[in-house]
Amino acid sequence: MEDVFTIANKNFNSRLIVGTGKYKSFEETAKAVKASGADIVTVAVRRVNILDKDQPLLMDYLDPKSITYLPNTAGCYSSKEALRTLRLAREMGGWRLVKLEVLGDKKTLYPNMIETIKSTEVLVKEGFEVMVYCTDDPIMTKKLEDVGACAIMPLGAPIGSGMGIQNKTNITLIKEQSSVPVIVDAGVGTASDATIAMELGCDGVLLNTAIAEAKNPILMAESMKYAVISGRKAFKAGRMKKRSFGSASSPQNNLI
Amino acid sequence: MNNLNVAKIQLNGDPYEINNGTNLNELLNTLKIKKNKVAIEVNGEIVEKNKYPNLILNKGDKVEIVKFIGGG
Repeated sequence: MEDVFTIANKNFNSRLIVGTGKYKSFEETAKAVKASGADIVTVAVRRVNILDKDQPLLMDYLDPKSITYLPNTAGCYSSKEALRTLRLAREMGGWRLVKLEVLGDKKTLYPNMIETIKSTEVLVKEGFEVMVYCTDDPIMTKKLEDVGACAIMPLGAPIGSGMGIQNKTNITLIKEQSSVPVIVDAGVGTASDATIAMELGCDGVLLNTAIAEAKNPILMAESMKYAVISGRKAFKAGRMKKRSFGSASSPQNNLI
Repeated sequence: MNNLNVAKIQLNGDPYEINNGTNLNELLNTLKIKKNKVAIEVNGEIVEKNKYPNLILNKGDKVEIVKFIGGG
């Protein structure tokens, strides 16, 4: 049976969502996205450069008709800025599925949960489907679900840190109590981190820097694709119990 | 010469001169920007695409034109 990934009543094949920032060029972005197999990419909203009108556009390299654009609010430090950004994103092409990210601190890029919850509430009322970047605090994620978030996206570690899943216990708690998809967003540094997130039972992984800053981003993108598939299959298969001592794999009787 | 046919607006944070009576569609044409790839705010209010031809810009208007770029 197919293992479909559903967010806000939309089905996706890949459980990997990738960011499109920090790449050397749009060519490289497009190649990495293709290699990752992702169906959803996050994008940011910024001013058009009036003086350099011939600048290439992301949309010329990644067609929003064939891949789902997930507009984000990266760089926003208040509810007001985040709402403005997502309303503009919706006007650009009718996007209702969005990623909300309201930061609280420039050094750690840690989310401001008070502003995040407030913004989620407003956006849901305005008809947005909101995937929310948040802390790995089960009380906060429950609150987000209560105000209508369509996906809970706790950080594994700070954005761009590549430190992997720092609090597996909390991620597991959040997954167990949530009735909407749980996606680890931020902190993944290499393939095994993505696999761990999926083995914990998460529904998906969102990452950017781990691919963009790899020595070979396209190869890392492909690696992430398999890491997520592998972790998901391991979770579904159900891992063996851990033992404190050895347990021989070959039969112990009829030894010669 | 003080050109009465020209109005100064703020475009993406910088001063910009337009001809009096310019609407948003005309501004985009002058800038060679395709309207299906951007969103526009005038004085803090988002303008729906179908209203571009009717929205005539005035002196001092603050116009923001945004697009999607790569992001995480």
